[in-house]
Amino acid sequence: MKILVCISNVPDTTTKIKFTDNNTAFDQAGVQWIINPWDELALTRALDIKDAQAGMVEEITVINVGLAATEPTIRKALAIGADKGIRINAEPKDAFTVASQLADVISKESFDIILCGIESSDSNGNNVGGMLSELLDMPSVSSVSHFDIKDGKVELKREIDGGQETVSTPIPFVGIVQKGIAKEPRIPSMRGIMGARTKPLQVIEAIQTETLTEFATYDLPKPKAACKKIDPDNVKELVQLLHNEAKVI
Amino acid sequence: MNFEFTEEQKMIQQAAKDFAERELLQDVIERDEKSEFATEHVKKLAELGFLGMMTDPKYDGGGMDTISYVLAMEEISKIDSSVAVLMSVCNSLVIWGIETYGNEEQKQKFLRPLASGQKIGAFLLSEPEAGSDATSQRTTAEDKGDHYLLNGTKNWITNANSASTYIVIAQTNPEKKHKGINALIVDKNSAGITLGPHENKMGMRSSDTHSVMFNDVKVPKENRIGEDGFGFPFAMKTLEGGRIGIASQALGIASGAFERALKYSMERKAFGTEIFNHQSVAFKLSDMAVKIENGRNLCLKAAWLKDQHLPYGTASAMAKQYCADMAMEVTTEAVQIFGGYGYVREYHVERLMREAKLTQIYEGTSEVQKIVISRSLLK
Repeated sequence: MKILVCISNVPDTTTKIKFTDNNTAFDQAGVQWIINPWDELALTRALDIKDAQAGMVEEITVINVGLAATEPTIRKALAIGADKGIRINAEPKDAFTVASQLADVISKESFDIILCGIESSDSNGNNVGGMLSELLDMPSVSSVSHFDIKDGKVELKREIDGGQETVSTPIPFVGIVQKGIAKEPRIPSMRGIMGARTKPLQVIEAIQTETLTEFATYDLPKPKAACKKIDPDNVKELVQLLHNEAKVI
Repeated sequence: MNFEFTEEQKMIQQAAKDFAERELLQDVIERDEKSEFATEHVKKLAELGFLGMMTDPKYDGGGMDTISYVLAMEEISKIDSSVAVLMSVCNSLVIWGIETYGNEEQKQKFLRPLASGQKIGAFLLSEPEAGSDATSQRTTAEDKGDHYLLNGTKNWITNANSASTYIVIAQTNPEKKHKGINALIVDKNSAGITLGPHENKMGMRSSDTHSVMFNDVKVPKENRIGEDGFGFPFAMKTLEGGRIGIASQALGIASGAFERALKYSMERKAFGTEIFNHQSVAFKLSDMAVKIENGRNLCLKAAWLKDQHLPYGTASAMAKQYCADMAMEVTTEAVQIFGGYGYVREYHVERLMREAKLTQIYEGTSEVQKIVISRSLLK
């Protein structure tokens, strides 16, 4: 089987978020970029399966829609263990652009399993996986928290309200994964980092797509209010503050 | 001149940071208290290739440069110097020594398992009466034709128990003084080797430090590194690179303490504001930041010289002396910024302060580094 993992290039989760151009663009100055955490967990699970079932998984490819600056993120995925990288040379303006670009390349290849993180940690759109499966006319399974290949068949588990659901699907399909799919991302080994130098990273020119979304403005959340400490015996004051100040009761 | 790291160097730095924060941080205080060796963590560190990270890939090493090594050492040392010193001894002393001066047979037999992390190494130079004065070796390696017979005691040996492969510096021809010294590769499981108890140290307590006694230990002649009498220059050249490792360790101890103190200063309030807003604290942090930057530049300069195959002995002595002394100053100030909290174990900075002290002592005291540096001024 051939697995494709779609990876986004996102700001490190500890980045201090700032905006420019009258709050219409994210200020990228000094930002450290990483593999989107959900995508990295999807890749980790794919690698775990490949390690455990030699021969079952033939190849793991990672694909990213981004300009040349995203290549270090793709190299990191190769250092962790992916066999090949593909970069579609386009700015990932919105979910439809990304899904369209991915669909065009994927439709010309023969992947059996396509994995996407449930969302990207920067825009939290939750859109690309669903759009991609629709554009490819493939089945999709969302909120996948466990993924395995048993006797040549794919077994997926989904978190549902109050329990877990086990699903099987024909291949090819799009799996939209959430946390839980792998414990924690892998740390690249020295050998992996060294090997990433020579692994293939193909750059594919983008197709023309529509950008359906225009971002009007971005706003930062209000700063967290200072913590107020109330004597445990003074329940009356607590209730009054929750009612009058916090306005939550 | 370029101050920018390559993508690969940044990736190694991040990998070391992730390893330290995910693996080492969770039980570093407990291991320090119990003087407990980080067996499982070291196994994972070895699997990731950090113990032979600069070794040629044809001997199963990582093939990385010395700059990458400095970056990795700093990140590991921010969290756990006991693990960092193991990494330094393996990379800088044992593995580098065999790779640079060993013959092909020795590289195939001893270097490969060390560089791949299957085995751990130890470097046995210090003796009860020969620390800074390495020429006064009392341990003898008597020439018995096809083998050497090793007798004597080595002190303060890092990785003494966890290592499988020792490099032992010993005197073969006392009449030749330091020109009679040899460096021998010794299997730790050889008959006649006994270990003293684990040293109950002030800091780096989970590092595995023992004295090692040799009683008529047979070492095959083919285990000698270099020509007869090459032991002293071997030790001195090896320690030149070792200083880069320990300087980077001291740098990491300082920057680890600094990062904790900076964070604390922005959270802790006194007199109605975060203590960072008090100039006495802000100026301390400013001084700490400048010193750390100086130290980092010295480490990277020494590493760069080594990578360019240029002489780096003086640069590495400067880096070691400055970073060790700087780490002592910076960690002391970090404890001061934390106040009472800095004096208790759960905030880490008191441990970092205890660890900093050792960097001024081992692999050449700060005073010995000043001898090296001052002698270079006359050349």
